[in-house]
Amino acid sequence: MAITRGFRGRRLDADVELPPGQYLTQDFPVLSAGPTPRIDRDSWEFTITTEAGATHSWAWQQLLALPQDKPTVDIHCVTKWSKLGTAWQGVSLDVLLEQVESTADYALVHSHGGYTTNLPVQDLLDGQAWLVHQYDGEDLPPEHGGPVRLLVPHLYLWKSAKWVNGIQLLEQDEPGFWETLGYHEYGDPWREQRYAGD
Amino acid sequence: MVTTPHDPGSAHLDGNVLAGPLRELFAVDMTSARTECVGCGQRAAVAELETYLGGPGVVARCPGCHAAVLRYVRTPSTAYLDLRGTLTMTVPMPAGGAES
Repeated sequence: MAITRGFRGRRLDADVELPPGQYLTQDFPVLSAGPTPRIDRDSWEFTITTEAGATHSWAWQQLLALPQDKPTVDIHCVTKWSKLGTAWQGVSLDVLLEQVESTADYALVHSHGGYTTNLPVQDLLDGQAWLVHQYDGEDLPPEHGGPVRLLVPHLYLWKSAKWVNGIQLLEQDEPGFWETLGYHEYGDPWREQRYAGD
Repeated sequence: MVTTPHDPGSAHLDGNVLAGPLRELFAVDMTSARTECVGCGQRAAVAELETYLGGPGVVARCPGCHAAVLRYVRTPSTAYLDLRGTLTMTVPMPAGGAES
């Protein structure tokens, strides 16, 4: 359940409802598929590439100059842990994509190190996704994807790519790193879409 | 993008941990098989691969260039083995097993 400011009331722990098959954790597990990169903020850049090949890029200071959101959301990892009420700061993808001319339906997210993940463009819009650079009031540490990661909390956390550096807008869906290896193309935790065919 | 070297604290294990998962698929111990990396050409035993567990699947990387040379996911009904990062895999076999 993505708890976003303004959409739901404050919730007591006793009322916690988790997606099927998930357990609650208080810590923040670090799961890596490769080495943790140390990325220099001064040379960090994020690029959206449209289906026509046009590119739109933002440097670190340009990202910070955009309107900042502070979403507090629940996150759900496909390895079955869930963490509630995580507090982030970043820029809504609505802000970035409104500067981009595109009618593409699909997005392929790219990260430093070669990781990719795919999702529909509509899941990046309407206050559902952010580029976040702070967690719990501090700069996002590298092990959690800093300096900047994608946050799409209504989907399993593998979609919230760490060390994000770009989004490719596509007319045809293209599976990413885990989606080519048996994981679900969409990954809704509330429908327990863990594996292809679920 | 300029980066400093990868964090030496990134938690990977050696490829001996692949013995269990791959035993489900292969008739021989695959940790002594040798891989040739598509990216840099380095040859390494599976046991020498930098192996990341605990995520959605297993990712084994070249000790030279860190490219993924072997990926493995075991779902309840299917095993997915991705070797697109491996140019060749050389597997020691018991003597006398092949027809002459």
